[in-house]
Amino acid sequence: MSLEQFLQYVLSGVTNGSIYAMAAIGFNIVYNTTGIINFAQGEFAMLGGMTAISLSAFLPLPLAIALSVFLVSLVGALVDFAFIRRLGKPTVLNMIIMTIGLSIAIREVALHIWDEKVRSLPYFTGTEVSSINIFGAYISPQVLWVLGISGIIVAGLALFFRYTLTGRAMRACASNITAARLCGINTRNMVTVSFMLAAAIGALAGCIVSPITQTQYDCGTPLAIKGFTVAILGGLGNSAGAVAGGIVIGLLEAFSISVLPLAYKDAVAITVLLIILFVRPAGLFGKKEAARLKEF
Amino acid sequence: MKKYFPIAALAVFVILFQAAASLAGREYYLTQLTMAGYYSLVILGLTLVMGYAGQISMGHAAFFAMGGYTAAVMTTHDLAAGGALAQAAVSLGLTVTSTNAFGAKIIHFSPWVSLAAAVVLTVSVAFLIGIPILKLKGHYLAMGTLGFGIIVYRIVLGTHLFGEADGISDVPEFGLAGGIAVSGDPASRVQNYYIAAVMVILTITLLLNLVDSRIGRALRSIHGNEEAAGAMGVDTSRYKLSVFVLSAVFACVAGVFLTHFNGGIGPSQADVMKSVSFVAIVAVGGMANLWGALVMGVVLNFLSLRGYFGSYDELVFGGILIFIMLFFPDGLLRAENFRGPAALLDRARSVLKRGGDNGIS
Amino acid sequence: MGFLEVSGLSRSFSGLRAVDGVSFSVEKNAIKAVIGPNGAGKTTLFNLIAGALEADSGEIRIRGAAIQNLPPFRIARHGVSRTFQNIKLFSHMTVLENVMVGRHIRTRAGMGQAMLRLPGSRAEEREIRERSMEMLSFMGIAGLADQEATSLAFGKQRILEIARAMATEPELLLLDEPAAGLNMYETAQISDLITKIRERGVTVLVIEHDMSLVMNISDDIVVLASGKKIAEGKPMEIQKNEEVIRVYLGDEDA
Repeated sequence: MSLEQFLQYVLSGVTNGSIYAMAAIGFNIVYNTTGIINFAQGEFAMLGGMTAISLSAFLPLPLAIALSVFLVSLVGALVDFAFIRRLGKPTVLNMIIMTIGLSIAIREVALHIWDEKVRSLPYFTGTEVSSINIFGAYISPQVLWVLGISGIIVAGLALFFRYTLTGRAMRACASNITAARLCGINTRNMVTVSFMLAAAIGALAGCIVSPITQTQYDCGTPLAIKGFTVAILGGLGNSAGAVAGGIVIGLLEAFSISVLPLAYKDAVAITVLLIILFVRPAGLFGKKEAARLKEF
Repeated sequence: MKKYFPIAALAVFVILFQAAASLAGREYYLTQLTMAGYYSLVILGLTLVMGYAGQISMGHAAFFAMGGYTAAVMTTHDLAAGGALAQAAVSLGLTVTSTNAFGAKIIHFSPWVSLAAAVVLTVSVAFLIGIPILKLKGHYLAMGTLGFGIIVYRIVLGTHLFGEADGISDVPEFGLAGGIAVSGDPASRVQNYYIAAVMVILTITLLLNLVDSRIGRALRSIHGNEEAAGAMGVDTSRYKLSVFVLSAVFACVAGVFLTHFNGGIGPSQADVMKSVSFVAIVAVGGMANLWGALVMGVVLNFLSLRGYFGSYDELVFGGILIFIMLFFPDGLLRAENFRGPAALLDRARSVLKRGGDNGIS
Repeated sequence: MGFLEVSGLSRSFSGLRAVDGVSFSVEKNAIKAVIGPNGAGKTTLFNLIAGALEADSGEIRIRGAAIQNLPPFRIARHGVSRTFQNIKLFSHMTVLENVMVGRHIRTRAGMGQAMLRLPGSRAEEREIRERSMEMLSFMGIAGLADQEATSLAFGKQRILEIARAMATEPELLLLDEPAAGLNMYETAQISDLITKIRERGVTVLVIEHDMSLVMNISDDIVVLASGKKIAEGKPMEIQKNEEVIRVYLGDEDA
């Protein structure tokens, strides 16, 4: 394999991996505050892309994206208000089915709003044929956008959770919800914030990757599955782990096409997931006890 | 004996429905009910795993597909041109000759042989996969079984032997005995309806017996409190694996029969959404409720196959899931839900009033 | 050699020695109490004996057979049964069904027999039901047989858990704080039950904080503190043991 090819694979892998990591982070944010794995997380990315595409018809691109992210975060809030708040004492299975139901519902509504055509946002800079030469590998400038914005999101979140009151309140909820309540934190609202934040991140991820992978009403589910794989790989709830996990999965997928038929590429992530679950369910960076916790 | 009363009622219903459909000239209803019946076999087996042993399996369509694809491959593969192994199979009497859609005569494995092979394959895979997977709990078990289902889906979708995206068609009929055969021939619609009905009645009888026994109680004790079950001497790992494998067998047999009935199989039968729908129907029917699962399975599959909801089919399904999980999290078909409109309104009000994060985390 | 022999048993959690080199034995058909202040390692000791935890070192023998580190269901088959400090009844099952699960290791009908309702399994079912009802009567809660187990009053739940454990026909019964949370009347009931259980030939090892119960029914007492055994002997001796008094009431100078 030549250096250029190698670099090509690496960049492709890291690009996809960043998007998976974004999805995983979205999972982690909701999981940390509520213990719920939100299967509808992928749909937030899909909605982000679709909404931005529609808005970009009459708004400049940056504004379309910003507005889309805002609107999808409202959808996240709606999901919380209308449904999550109505849950009694849900079992793990109840929550799984509930969020699967939400995922299906959102997807089908999207189908009826936008139909099944594949669409995409325009490239942020350049066109689909522009490319930048990096050490001999030719990549689309969009790749730099994906990596750059993902990096900003991760850094922004780190700052948010460390230095803002809301961020720290959310960490408190994740750590010990009763203690958080006793400190006067409105844990209910923290749950809503979690959903909004997860939705916003998902939406933004959906937008930045849209020119490369296109957007379609059912592109949410495969993303959610990969995102969940990455979340578990990095340790459920551990967002730094999610970033690492995303890069690992992205790279594995990218390099897999040099040894496996293309049809099996999607199975790579799943196989990794199964191996992780069998060998070390806590993931690369998670705590061992966490893996045994949540019961049916 | 009183628990068998509903079975008798079911048999009566089966006969009445058929008579009505035939009289009304709507025999195609029977076709859809037959298909719904076969899916119910999967759902009944899954109820055992989920409701009684308390384990989630989001990949059961994989076992259905294993059964169907094995049957399809083995009964459509022409052995006439084969080598020594093929000749051996013929001389052992394992094969049958039939005419395919193009009028050519082909020699293929008899459906009985392929059924046996399908079961052996499914049992082996379920056993091997079950050992590590059933050590997982909660979300991890769900994702593990989901992952397994996806891998099987990808395999059937991406492999030439399985017809890739087109699947396998022209699957011959499955001759059972004395002229009765599982086939897609419209002329034998009524016959096939009864074959499916017999399978369903047999399955639910066996499972009702199992649930009401020492083993059934052991399973329920695992679901009730796994640690205490172990302390009382129940080998929890072994039982979880046993019901997992048993339910895989039901799914496999359903797959074989439905493939012969449909005359073919495609990758959509292994799709994640199919597995999810099975899980959802078990949850909606009431988890540890065999009759609930059967009724919901037949009704929902039937309605879906009849296309009652048109393009809103999936949306309705998603909506039902959300609705049931909010208002009837313990399942729909339970005694406490049939106490009259006042009680239901009460429940609706209390659900809508909720606003806390009770139970979360 | 005693019926139950514990020697040099140790278990640590992240450096904290929960059980530290504990050794004692229990004579057949005796009632032995394990007492000690909170955090002494009593429940950890039970969990080790019952197989819920793995020991770092040491041995546990029943009638000479080593059972340390076996999985709980195997230990049950050696004739050891237990109750739990936080009652662990089987949810979604009736009182009778809970006890019937206790008969599991004494019966044999398999899946195939069950599904086909073969005559052998039907006869066994009848026997399970009869024996379980008999155990409920023995425990005085036969009238509650068809109620959902988790809907019972707390004191009755405790009795049910003991009935369930007794249904396994154990030779050694481990009772983890059976009187916790019970009033005086209910405690006296438990006391009676334990005595009746001993009369049936069962050896009993019981963790308890209720000193009157302990002093009343125990033949023997072993005292734990900070994971170590600090005293063992007859109730009268233990009552007067200075070390025991010190760990319970604290040093005057402390």
